[in-house]
Amino acid sequence: MTEFSDHLLGQRGRPRRRRIRPIAFLIAPLFAILFQVYAPRFAWQLGFLELPLLVTVYFALLRREPVTGLLIGCFVGLAQDVLSHNPLGVFGISKTLVGYFAASLSQRVDVENGAVRFMVASFFYFFHQFTFWVLVSSLLSQPFALGFLETLLYGVLNAAVAVPLYALLDRL
Amino acid sequence: MESILNRYRNITVLVIVLGAQLLLLAYQVKSRQEVPAIRGWAVAAYVPVAKILEGVRSNTLGLLDRYSDLLHAQDRNRNLNREVERLRLENQFLKTELATADRAKALSLFQQRSPSRLLAARVVGMVTGGAREVFIDRGSKDGIQKGMAVITPDGIAGKITAAYSSGAQVLLLTDPSFGAGVISTKSRIHGTVKGQGHGSVLVEYIPNEQPVAVGEWFFTSGDDRVFPKGLPVGRVHLVRPGKMFFQEVFLTPSGLHNGLEEVLVVIEGVHQPVPEQQEVEQPFHTLEPPPMDEPAAPEAQPVTPAGIDTDADEILARYKAARSGAPAPKAVPPDPIPEPAPASPTAPTPAPAQPPRR
Repeated sequence: MTEFSDHLLGQRGRPRRRRIRPIAFLIAPLFAILFQVYAPRFAWQLGFLELPLLVTVYFALLRREPVTGLLIGCFVGLAQDVLSHNPLGVFGISKTLVGYFAASLSQRVDVENGAVRFMVASFFYFFHQFTFWVLVSSLLSQPFALGFLETLLYGVLNAAVAVPLYALLDRL
Repeated sequence: MESILNRYRNITVLVIVLGAQLLLLAYQVKSRQEVPAIRGWAVAAYVPVAKILEGVRSNTLGLLDRYSDLLHAQDRNRNLNREVERLRLENQFLKTELATADRAKALSLFQQRSPSRLLAARVVGMVTGGAREVFIDRGSKDGIQKGMAVITPDGIAGKITAAYSSGAQVLLLTDPSFGAGVISTKSRIHGTVKGQGHGSVLVEYIPNEQPVAVGEWFFTSGDDRVFPKGLPVGRVHLVRPGKMFFQEVFLTPSGLHNGLEEVLVVIEGVHQPVPEQQEVEQPFHTLEPPPMDEPAAPEAQPVTPAGIDTDADEILARYKAARSGAPAPKAVPPDPIPEPAPASPTAPTPAPAQPPRR
């Protein structure tokens, strides 16, 4: 796009950037990580939920800045790595990429719609899992089974959780 | 250079961040060492938060458990209350059954002992229209006819006013149109008992000068040709003088006081004697008379010739003497009233009135 086209489209042509409260920036990722660490201890069925990923995607989509998105992904991923058995950087790299591409996508697509959010969340889940699989199996040479149907199902479920979660985070 | 960096700022930052993480990863893989400091900080930061979360969770779950227990307690309480209500109803039902069995037994015993031929029947309903009449479950096919007496083991209850094939209509003793001949047990006074429309009945045609006491029993006299003689009717609870020549004697009917569920219809009545009024004589303790003090107290009795107490006696004695020629005896005036002796603290008191018994 040129400056001329931007001028012609005005504010309606480009998706608006939303402001996020700092407290939400802090609380939401922290809550997501704690939830992932804590909740499956009492309800193993919740182990499929990748809340840190969903929060990363949400903030990246909201900020619409690739640098901010990748930094959010980096910090969330590293925090997740710290509390996992993986070497530091596995989740960090995956979520850095997710944050970067989600923010880049949000610059071109309006992601306020629920259906779009559903598709974006499911897509980035698959992308995250794929990246993670590549890192673990290629770089670390550790066995990691990536079941197709399982990943598909979990992707849909995470996306289904993402839609109301994003609606809730919109209110923060 | 600066413009290139600005143009590719995003990808540059991405590469730097990814490169740094890859280096970190490579270092860990190469040295096969963790980064204990970072993990230590993370765990040190996480543990207090986890403790708080655990505390909140356990307290919340405890609260929920207690709430759940409370809900269960409420449910249990509700169920127990329901059970209590059910058992109470069952108990009431069994009590009713027992009372019914007792009444049936009493009825059967009375039926066996009575010289009259009786037929047991059950009251199945009230007659509409305000009359004191009931329906019984025995009718003409059981031998019941209009005009037969209806009784209970405690006394008369009414009489049959209509007999149908499978049921009959009984006019109760308390209905104002009811009438029956009665006789009192003590003074054998005849009267006619009439219903009043409420709990008590009135005995009519008892002259004012006839003594009737409260508590006295009235029995059927057999004069009405409906009720056999000797059946209890009721007990006097109020006597008052009437406006004309007859007093009003109110009875509490004995045949209805336990309610009316089962009755006996007198198919063939046999007259029986009316029992005497039985006074219960209880022994009354009295002391011996006090000993006479010396000197003896003056005679209290006036000195009079034998048989002369009144002026009429004196006149009669003079008349007899005049006819026989003997001098007439003179009455001696009584002595002045002697000094009263000190009252004995153990002086006998009159016996209390005893309630009459059947």
